[in-house]
Amino acid sequence: MSILVDKNTRLIVQGITGNEGLFHTTQMAAYGTNVVGGVTPGKGGEWVLDGKIPVFDSVKSAKDATDANATIIFVPARFAPDAMFEAADAGIPLIICITEGVVIHDMMRVRNYLDQKKVRLIGPNCPGLLTPGEAKVGIIPGDIAIPGNVGVVSRSGTLTYEVLYAMKNLGMGASTCVGIGGDPVNGTNFIDVLEMFEHDPKTEKVNMIGEIGGNEEEKAADFIAAKMTKPVASFIAGQTAPPGKRMGHAGAIIEGGAGTAADKIKALEAAGVKVAKHPEEIPTLL
Amino acid sequence: MKLHEYQSKNIFSKYGIPIPKGRVATTAQEAKQIAEELGGRVVVKSQVLVGGRGKAGGVKLAKDAAEAEQLATQILSMEIKGLPVRKVLVDEASAIDQEIYFAITDDRASKKPVLIASAAGGVDIEEVAAKTPEKIIKAYIDPLLGLREYQARDVAVAIDLPRDYWKDFTKIAMGLWEVYKNTDASLAEINPLVITKDKKLIALDGKMMIDDNALFRQPDLAEMRDTDEDAPAEIEARKYGLSFIKLDGDIGCMVNGAGLAMTSMDVIKLFGGEPANFLDVGGGADSKKVAAAMRIILTDQNVKAVLFNIFGGITRCDEVARGILVAMDEVKPSVPMVVRLVGTNAEEGRKLLENANMITAETLADAAKKSVEAAKKGK
Repeated sequence: MSILVDKNTRLIVQGITGNEGLFHTTQMAAYGTNVVGGVTPGKGGEWVLDGKIPVFDSVKSAKDATDANATIIFVPARFAPDAMFEAADAGIPLIICITEGVVIHDMMRVRNYLDQKKVRLIGPNCPGLLTPGEAKVGIIPGDIAIPGNVGVVSRSGTLTYEVLYAMKNLGMGASTCVGIGGDPVNGTNFIDVLEMFEHDPKTEKVNMIGEIGGNEEEKAADFIAAKMTKPVASFIAGQTAPPGKRMGHAGAIIEGGAGTAADKIKALEAAGVKVAKHPEEIPTLL
Repeated sequence: MKLHEYQSKNIFSKYGIPIPKGRVATTAQEAKQIAEELGGRVVVKSQVLVGGRGKAGGVKLAKDAAEAEQLATQILSMEIKGLPVRKVLVDEASAIDQEIYFAITDDRASKKPVLIASAAGGVDIEEVAAKTPEKIIKAYIDPLLGLREYQARDVAVAIDLPRDYWKDFTKIAMGLWEVYKNTDASLAEINPLVITKDKKLIALDGKMMIDDNALFRQPDLAEMRDTDEDAPAEIEARKYGLSFIKLDGDIGCMVNGAGLAMTSMDVIKLFGGEPANFLDVGGGADSKKVAAAMRIILTDQNVKAVLFNIFGGITRCDEVARGILVAMDEVKPSVPMVVRLVGTNAEEGRKLLENANMITAETLADAAKKSVEAAKKGK
């Protein structure tokens, strides 16, 4: 067991013939992920990866031919909203959007539409999912994590790699790693994933990696205190960030003193979460 | 991206929201002339991209054109929160009966736009929100449907607006929704929206923020960007799609990913160093971007050492290594460099840098420690 993706995942790639799409399709297939097809409008009928993976013109035709149950999106930001709408309308129940820089207004429309269709979205602006030894659906380097019993959830991309790598170096493996992305409007939040980990028999403890801005970590702390029976360790990035400065992520804006690292750490510690001083310390806290 | 008051109000006006008559001046002479055209009684308002202008003395009432000139001279020589005033807006003065707060912004929690209004508008709105939250009225907007007129009417009722104003208020609300939607704004704010003594609703002040990610489809707004207030290095960084913020320390940082970049700063500080900047080269950074990033970091004379922390995912370490080599060749840096490459194509990247005379590190903690030591030696 694991959450969201595993050996039974049948994945299609939207934007499969693009630079990033093709590179990461190769990596995902090499990892053993069951990539059943791809979509690039105007390139239907072609094949990629030496004739192993068929390309379709639309998500609908890809779904009809391959019975895909998940899609990953690698298209540029201005086309990503349309790609998400298309996937939802084609009946794909799980959408992972890697694309960075999607307009927030577009994301609000996408999220509200997907909620009506009961479609699960991970991202955008995220590194995707990794269930070590089973499926890699995203851009997390496969060789930095080993199978195990720790659920990992993070708002950040590369910081997640840091933690997985530190875990591996200590012989600690992950059940599933979920990168939820750093955008202010996204598909899945900490609580959604914590709840999935709480119910996943393979997950025995959880690493939660947050950052400054917003109040998702504080809400997660409330959830942990009220509902989680499994131990949680955490790291919050941006402890030294000057207030009021924007550190790249739209989500990482400190608004009126709220959402600071100190506030988040306090809330998490009050919920019984051990908070690390630096990311390589997290695995030692579990 | 923030817009100035005068830019915001010009946009409001195009969408049928009433604003005071007025124009922008860059000299006191011009301010005087505008005041004369407007009949003498005017407000002279500094145009800088920070809040609290009024409290800092950057907004003043003039009873005639001569006083407007005098006030403009004074305000144009001011600095507000470190920002020099380069422009003033000269608006005709209004006789005010009531100040209302009115805005539409993104609400992260509900994933919807939210309309916010309060009968207690004006400069102390944040205090009102903190102390008497019941005076703040919110209406959530379905992004697929847009703001509906009944919602605007409900808000008018909730803030106890007299019935005579409902029609005009609804028109302004619908106008502000169109502004927010069509400009990809993250904030469209009128504070205050005033009821004048002669019973009119006017947007006396305006503030807008535009989603930077949307500027590709907002070319007119992109041109309005006021770069006067950005550090030159930040403008240069933006050109290359780099996210850069200058800080006060002496260890330059180049990292991929905002979260890891902030973390690298945290760990440098944890080991007794001070970061000189935040720099996220972004996902999929190529060698051109990396070279630009290195040039930007090294223009800061305070930098005594540079830390490269690259964890490859969508970014490939060999690409980054090539960028570092290009930049080293061009910039010929004299400060020590600590490099840590892990993840996608890290092996190839390390090989490329073998002869580059750089300090290498395995873990983040190790890299931070080594850069702190290197910076100390450089002092």
